Amino acid sequence: MSPKAGQRARVRLVLAMSDIFEGLKAAFWLLVSMDRDLVEITLRSLQVSLSALVIASAIGLPFGTWLAIRRFRHRRTTIAVMNALMGLPPVVVGLIVYMLFSRTGPFGVFGLLFTPAAMIIAQVIIITPLIASIAHQSMRELWADYHDLLISLNTGPWQRIRTLLWDGRRALLTASLAGFGRAIGEVGAIMIVGGNIDHATRVLTTAIALETGKGDFALALGLGFVLIGLAIVVNLAIHRLSRTEREGRW
Amino acid sequence: MVDTILPLVLSGAVVKRRGKTLIGPINTEISRAGFTIVMGPNGSGKTTLLRLMHGLERLSKGAAVWQGTQLEAPMRQAYVFQNPIMLRRSVKENLTYPLRLRGVSKPAAATIANDWATRICLSKALEQDAMNLSGGEKQKLALARALIQKPDVLFLDEPCANLDGRATREIEELLLETSRAGTRIVMATHDMGQARRLATEVMFMLRGRLHEFAKAEVFFELPTTPQARAFLNGDIIE
Repeated sequence: MSPKAGQRARVRLVLAMSDIFEGLKAAFWLLVSMDRDLVEITLRSLQVSLSALVIASAIGLPFGTWLAIRRFRHRRTTIAVMNALMGLPPVVVGLIVYMLFSRTGPFGVFGLLFTPAAMIIAQVIIITPLIASIAHQSMRELWADYHDLLISLNTGPWQRIRTLLWDGRRALLTASLAGFGRAIGEVGAIMIVGGNIDHATRVLTTAIALETGKGDFALALGLGFVLIGLAIVVNLAIHRLSRTEREGRW
Repeated sequence: MVDTILPLVLSGAVVKRRGKTLIGPINTEISRAGFTIVMGPNGSGKTTLLRLMHGLERLSKGAAVWQGTQLEAPMRQAYVFQNPIMLRRSVKENLTYPLRLRGVSKPAAATIANDWATRICLSKALEQDAMNLSGGEKQKLALARALIQKPDVLFLDEPCANLDGRATREIEELLLETSRAGTRIVMATHDMGQARRLATEVMFMLRGRLHEFAKAEVFFELPTTPQARAFLNGDIIE
């Protein structure tokens, strides 16, 4: 590298560090001043992502567990499809949900487009395969341990699923948290179906996209730090509530 | 409902896996009373025979028929595995689990679990995670979890393998007590001394076939086949 190029790289690094510092400063002031807009979009982010998480977990966890214990004809194909769906492009999901819920779409009568409900639906579609797939992996191992005992105890399919869900709850928590991580950081789908409408469907990620588009990098970065902090706080809270790190536990 | 699901009649029972015959054909009857020890060298089919009788292995040919309705039979038998399978729960929850499955109320199940924990000297460990118990404690817990169901028949697959003398003695005492109380016991073991101490009859398995089935005193004193004689003499047979 020539001395001039090296100098240019150093200048860019200093500018980037300064942007990050400005972002941190912006995040600090947003939090300290309890900015009303920030509180509103943060609460909406939480409302959308947690609702999607609850619905996706209610579908994905039992489904992943059922897949682990049940043998049927196209099981391998089902698992392969489910794993493939983990990588669903959010923009495509957003587009499909948009088409389904637009005025001319089959569900247009519900009038859900550009509402948080449509954003929740899009996020459920995105994170359910992820949650189901991780749940399936952990439940498969637990089922291998429990198989003989639960058959011997003459349990029915639902009793087996309930037992695995309960005894594997800590592993399933990881599945749910992975889903939450994907949901809270998702922007493509909710931008399309939510429309990023101020005081209606704006959430942290769409606000970051907007501020970046406007060139206000410090505010965008500030919101980004708030988003990261929020994800950490929710994860810690869930871990604490479920007491995953209790002594002698798994 | 019948008073007991016994006898169990195996007729021409064969278990195959991937085209290979694991055991059979076996024709025999497990009568209403007694303590049957299943013996034989490694790979002779002892575990497969127990699993077949308990319904953990699917029959490839033949029949295994219990008395009464075949739906009732699985509810009235229990199995203790060689490596005890512990639910990832507390000792108490491991004990109450089969009771709760059978619709016993939570307080009643807790009372029964407390009694059993006292019997197997685990009352102080009731709230402890079962996975943290020692090998002997786990096996005692697995046995108690099986017996708490009050089964007509109890199958045990080498329950004392890898256990020290004290744990083995405790388990044997519990098994003798259970047998005296009327539970039919069918147990696989490698331990000749244990077989002599516990058995009222012996099944000798070799290469997937039931080679000899006789009263314990007859088997140990006058085995009819040269293979059984060789086995009792401690010779290596395959």
